[in-house]
Amino acid sequence: MNERPHWLYRPENRPKLWALLVLIMVLALSASLVIHPHAHFPGSGFALDASFGFYAWYGFVTCAAMVAVAKILGIFLKRPDTYYDD
Amino acid sequence: MTELALPPALIMVLGAFFIPAENGRGRKRLLLGLPLATLVLVWLVPEGASLRLPFLGVELNPVHATAEGRLFATIFAIMAFAGGLYALPRASRRELVAAYVYAGSAIGVTFAGDLITLFIFWELMAVGSTAVIIAADTEAARRAAFRYLLVHLLGGVLLMAGIIGHWVSSGSLAVEAMRPESFATALILIGLLVNAGAPPFSAWIADAYPEASPSGSVFLSAFTTKTAVFALLVMFPGTELLIWVGLYMVFYGILYALLENDMRRILAYSIVNQVGFMVCAIGIGTELALNGAAAHAFAHIIYKALLLMSAGGVLLMTGKRKCTDLGGLFQTMPRTAMHGIIGALAISAFPFTSGFVTKSLETAAASHEGLLVVWLLLLAASAGVFLHAGIKFPWFVFFQKDSGLRPPEPPVEMRRAMALFSFLCIAIGLFPAPLYAILPHPVDYQPYTVEHVVSQLQLLLFAGFAFFVLLGQMKRTLTISLDFDWFYRRFLRELGGEFAVRTAAARQRLEDRAYARARRFVANLYAHHGPHGILARTWPTGSMVLWVALMLGCTLLLYVL
Repeated sequence: MNERPHWLYRPENRPKLWALLVLIMVLALSASLVIHPHAHFPGSGFALDASFGFYAWYGFVTCAAMVAVAKILGIFLKRPDTYYDD
Repeated sequence: MTELALPPALIMVLGAFFIPAENGRGRKRLLLGLPLATLVLVWLVPEGASLRLPFLGVELNPVHATAEGRLFATIFAIMAFAGGLYALPRASRRELVAAYVYAGSAIGVTFAGDLITLFIFWELMAVGSTAVIIAADTEAARRAAFRYLLVHLLGGVLLMAGIIGHWVSSGSLAVEAMRPESFATALILIGLLVNAGAPPFSAWIADAYPEASPSGSVFLSAFTTKTAVFALLVMFPGTELLIWVGLYMVFYGILYALLENDMRRILAYSIVNQVGFMVCAIGIGTELALNGAAAHAFAHIIYKALLLMSAGGVLLMTGKRKCTDLGGLFQTMPRTAMHGIIGALAISAFPFTSGFVTKSLETAAASHEGLLVVWLLLLAASAGVFLHAGIKFPWFVFFQKDSGLRPPEPPVEMRRAMALFSFLCIAIGLFPAPLYAILPHPVDYQPYTVEHVVSQLQLLLFAGFAFFVLLGQMKRTLTISLDFDWFYRRFLRELGGEFAVRTAAARQRLEDRAYARARRFVANLYAHHGPHGILARTWPTGSMVLWVALMLGCTLLLYVL
């Protein structure tokens, strides 16, 4: 096959794709400057969810944590995929 | 008002057996017509209808129309329709019959007015679904089907024992809300949870479903676990234990899916994850939460089937199912990729998809009840859904590296089935009102506030960012992950093997001893009766006369005395 790779696979386009992702994220985040989320648990002393960018960092941090936990679990649980074959 | 009514389940359960007789157009009409006829009947059965059947001294009520039952029966019928369309070009007759019996009996469960009817359809589902797996006709599928059947027979035994115990102690066979406080009702709960994929028996989903044929796994993804959700919803609403069982399932699904390499097993783990959300909401048990569980089940069946249809199309056209072998398929399968992405967005609850308008009922229920920890965990899990299914599935199958595979699109019926479900994913997302109208409780909830849309977008976009930042950590490996099924696939087998070795030795010893004894007996016999034995010798006639005379003398003597 000597066709030119699809533009998604061309190395020169990678930074552009990253820039696009970051731009969308910044846009979503900047919406919080205008719209202030309300606290879901008024009177409980927990007001973190009303702070700026809570959903953004919470999504990122919990996902990173889940990947880390999966990685650690993998050390103990991963086996070759022929494990149960006789 | 009591009217005589026909059980909607029977149309598909009995109609299934006419499928093998039909070919071509006739089969197509049957496959699409049966679910539609069922759907019509589901809505024609009047509320309060009943059909009393005497059976072994109890009265069965197989046509019991409730709001919950009707909702689930509706989506089951829609699912059977799309599944039948998807299965049309490739599925074997055996698979189609099994799948329609399976789907029909799931509908039977939703209309069961008594526990015996529920149990009968419950077991019919187990048989039908096992037959669907076996119909894939591979050695791996047969083995997986056998393990699957074992788990479900265990669940069935627990359920039956619970039902009998409950009947004996309370005298009631009605399908109604109960508390797992007595031993019998606890057994019923456990029996239902086995089918929901709750711990420790979660492994059967990822073990068995991916071994079925492409269309088989589409059918399988819809009915068994969601029937369990229906039964839990009706029988155990507000059982606090379910909150924690559900949360465990949610994270179990995410973590195992993150470790998985097989695309259909990723989606199977994500079934456990999604059912976990529903089980958790049933545990919360408020009207909002129960509406959430029911609505989420409805939407979930559609987008999960859509995802598996997309994965099945890839499997059918490439013959490959491992992420390590796939990639770059969007170039020649743009429609399959698009449908897969729509399903992925819906499962991640992206705004304007069906997941967004249904799952948010559940998280809202957690916050309304002031369950802070549960709410935070559900929020994290929502981000995790995007991570393990929303991006991982389309990324590794359709994008990532270019695998060099250039498969064509799957057959037109499959594409139509996908298009139908993609349409429903978006239509429900844009217009949730009709779905909200058929939920079991009145809905007073507005999913589309600017704040909700923005916060959900932030959560998902940054979860997606985490995925791409950590992509290096998620490099796919040729591995599987150990699970509870290790105990019955490896540990008990090794134990059985060890037992066989030990008992074989003991048996050998016993055998040796028995042989030695037999040999000694034969040797003795030979010594006495053999050619040289004392009893085989030739005796002189004189000695015999002597003995006879002696015996006659003795008789005479005894007679005289």
